Amino acid sequence: MEEQEKFNISEHFLVPKHVKLTEEEKETILKTFNISLNQLPQILANDPAIQDLHLQQGDVIKILRKSSTVGETIFYRMVI
Amino acid sequence: MANFVYKKVDALVFGLFSPEIIKKMACAKIVTPELYDKEGFPVDGGLMDVRLGVIDPGIRCKTCGGSLKECMGHFGYMDLARPLIHIKYADVILTTLRATCRECGKVLTDTKIKIEVEEETPAPVVTAASEEEIVLPPLPTVEEPVKKETKSSKNIKKCLHCNAKQFTIKLEKPTTYLEDEKKLTPIDIHTRLLRITDEDLEKLGLDPKYARPDWMVLTILPVPPVTIRPSITLETGERSEDDLTHKLGDIVRINQRLFENINAGAPEIIVEDLWELLQYHVTTYFDNEISQVPPARHRSGQALKTLTERIKSKEGRFRHNLAGKRVNFAARTVISPDSKLELYEVGVPFSVAMELTIPERVTEWNIKHLKKFVENGPQKYPGSNYVLRPDGKKKKITEETHEQLLEELQPGYIVERHLMDGDIAVFNRQPSLHRMSIMAHKIKVLHGKSFRLNPSVCNPYAADFDGDEMNLHIPQTEEARAEAEILMQVQTQIITPKNGLNIIGCSTDSITGNYLLTKNMEFPKEDAIQILHTIGVYNQERFEKFKKNVTGKEIFSVLLPEDFNFVGQTKNKKPFIVKEGILIEGHLDKATIGEEKGELIRALYAQYGQDIGIDLLGKIFRLGLEALLRNGFTTTIADTDLPTEIAEKCKETIYNAERRVAQLIEQYQNKELESLPGLSIEDTVEVKILDTLNKARSRVGEIITEISDENNPTIIMAVSGAKGNLLNLAMMAACVGQQAMRGKRIENGYRHRTLSVFTKGELLPKAKGFIKMGYKDGLGPEEFFMNAITGRDSLMDTALRTPKSGYLYRRLSSALQDIKVAYDGTVRDANENIVQFIYGEDGLDVSKTEGGKINVTRIVKEIVGEK
Repeated sequence: MEEQEKFNISEHFLVPKHVKLTEEEKETILKTFNISLNQLPQILANDPAIQDLHLQQGDVIKILRKSSTVGETIFYRMVI
Repeated sequence: MANFVYKKVDALVFGLFSPEIIKKMACAKIVTPELYDKEGFPVDGGLMDVRLGVIDPGIRCKTCGGSLKECMGHFGYMDLARPLIHIKYADVILTTLRATCRECGKVLTDTKIKIEVEEETPAPVVTAASEEEIVLPPLPTVEEPVKKETKSSKNIKKCLHCNAKQFTIKLEKPTTYLEDEKKLTPIDIHTRLLRITDEDLEKLGLDPKYARPDWMVLTILPVPPVTIRPSITLETGERSEDDLTHKLGDIVRINQRLFENINAGAPEIIVEDLWELLQYHVTTYFDNEISQVPPARHRSGQALKTLTERIKSKEGRFRHNLAGKRVNFAARTVISPDSKLELYEVGVPFSVAMELTIPERVTEWNIKHLKKFVENGPQKYPGSNYVLRPDGKKKKITEETHEQLLEELQPGYIVERHLMDGDIAVFNRQPSLHRMSIMAHKIKVLHGKSFRLNPSVCNPYAADFDGDEMNLHIPQTEEARAEAEILMQVQTQIITPKNGLNIIGCSTDSITGNYLLTKNMEFPKEDAIQILHTIGVYNQERFEKFKKNVTGKEIFSVLLPEDFNFVGQTKNKKPFIVKEGILIEGHLDKATIGEEKGELIRALYAQYGQDIGIDLLGKIFRLGLEALLRNGFTTTIADTDLPTEIAEKCKETIYNAERRVAQLIEQYQNKELESLPGLSIEDTVEVKILDTLNKARSRVGEIITEISDENNPTIIMAVSGAKGNLLNLAMMAACVGQQAMRGKRIENGYRHRTLSVFTKGELLPKAKGFIKMGYKDGLGPEEFFMNAITGRDSLMDTALRTPKSGYLYRRLSSALQDIKVAYDGTVRDANENIVQFIYGEDGLDVSKTEGGKINVTRIVKEIVGEK
């Protein structure tokens, strides 16, 4: 049972794609929305969906979600 | 975005008053329970001391020199003869006492835990020094660390620092502390709490700067300013004091007696009794609803309303005065329907119209016009109630003032005139759950005593006429009126933001009427023109084109704009086609002109705008009624009569089902039945029986639909979508069917049967709530009971669910109230934090969609042209 083949949830079809943003991209996001980092929605650093990305507090991730009306929609979260 | 905030509130600190602060902020020392002397002047050092503020007009404050409006009052104080427990901090005092040594005041810990605690909670609670803008760690509540200490120190019998033996301390509610069954006086407690060092307090989760525990024992009592407890002068000239003043009077009186007794060296018992009495008074002064304490009462026996009651609960400061406010220029009465009104109108009774007013400024151009209102006065409609002079003086128009006011009226004055037809008013029905619950209407002054409204706007208000009352508000400024008219008027609310469908449409009789009209009615030319005239259509050109006989479709087509094209579906999925303003195929029904799904209404609104849209809707509504009136329409019990053969067929279906069920039961009893996967044999029978019976009932429904007579009024109503459906008809005509509770047949009671007429364990349809009769045939006794069971169940369900879901909705809307779509399309909360990056993740304005979706085919067709 233990550690056989650990199921990778990011491959599940219900889990949207999580991508880490570079510092530059991060700045552009903050600029386009005219916000400080704290005003972004947040995600826990130990969230299962971002375990493979090796993130630190203050990193920003991009989430690509599927939407029935618009195809794909982008969401950003700051890691806390 | 420019940031205009110059100063930002960084933190709020709540703390306790120390005796020093109380003394510092006080302006008077209160020493006597007397309020006034013989002449009626406040006594110096009394509770109504003039230094505590002003409550009578014309007097200046002795402390600040301000008048009634300027002086906001000043605190006083009184020295307490003996320390007292503050009832609201009794629990904190208890935990603090338990956590500290009775001799040296150090925190009770064994060394091991001590280190752990220090590491875990570095500088806890409200440290004022947090100036840097960092993400604050979650603040521990005061109790939390204290409790932690107590838990660990509970079993400690000895102080580590001074080796003093420790005893268990108990709180005998409300304010008596017992240490090892011996009473602790507030003096003991006070001295113990004083001993605790600042460092130790921090470990306990208290900030010694703002909340030393010894301040929780009162040695000095602040006396609130008179402005928060004003006395009322009655008509008789008598003064009636506020509840708080009464309570404070008690405190001062007992306090003085206690002083005297102590000074006179009275026996300990007397002093102790007085001390206890004083404790009672101070306790009830803070809170008069402590469970173990009898509430302090007036002479009349009514409980006093002291500090806590002023703030707490529904009638308290928050919910009564701050969250809820009262308004002027409002009216409320019963509502009743008037289909002759336009949808955007509201019928207002004369009595209301002559009480509510609209201020109108006098200019040289309207002075003649306004003079008429003043001349009529408040008694004659249309008159006016008040005249405002340019200096701001308000003059009531009466028999005496009337002549003079008429004379002096000139530009710059303001006349508050009665409501008139066409004035704008805001109309509302509670509960105001969505924005359509408050809409602006044009006033129509009518006779009678109720507000009148077009039945079509019942739907957005969720109103009916079984005694509902509604509120009317009259906007008083030009800006408010303009805003109401542009943003809130009924025609702006036809489409609901919930799903982009029309919430206002035709209902009941109007649908029936339009259905019949466009289906098969025909009128002589004269009648047709008359019908159109009655609903307010005077299209001479179209009238001239009428032939000798005019069909209903043609009459309806007169309403439509000549360039209007529409392809839709009727309720039963037949095509509904309008070409160049002429109804070519199909008939009107719920799917085209009804509420929620009236596609025709939606199309008219989208193409011609709100004003023409609402006008057409009103006309269509009245056309339906008018057609129905000309035709005559009644439903009778005879509508549900079935031809003999059909009735036989229904009976047979039910009989067959019953036989099949009997077979199933037999199989079950002979254990021949095979269970379905995942079910026990008992459940299998149940499922199979239920399935059989439901199938039978559906079959009966189908049989009845087959014969559905197009001229049967009950069927017409069901087919057009005006009211009811064919299932209801089947229940009346043939068979009510299985009564179900929680998705199952009615279950046995404790005695293994549903009713005592059945044998125990019976599984037959009738023993489990199958009603084979129709409502018209009449139900058998056992059937009647079964029907009553489900009837009561659904009644209870609605009665219990409504308040539950109402509260749920209230909490939800309070939590989301200031979330909005910002100008950049993001969704943000009040602090500009982002909630969504695009509204709804797709940026769609739901009210501009059709049921939440974009109809691409239709748009393409519109742009490219028909094909």
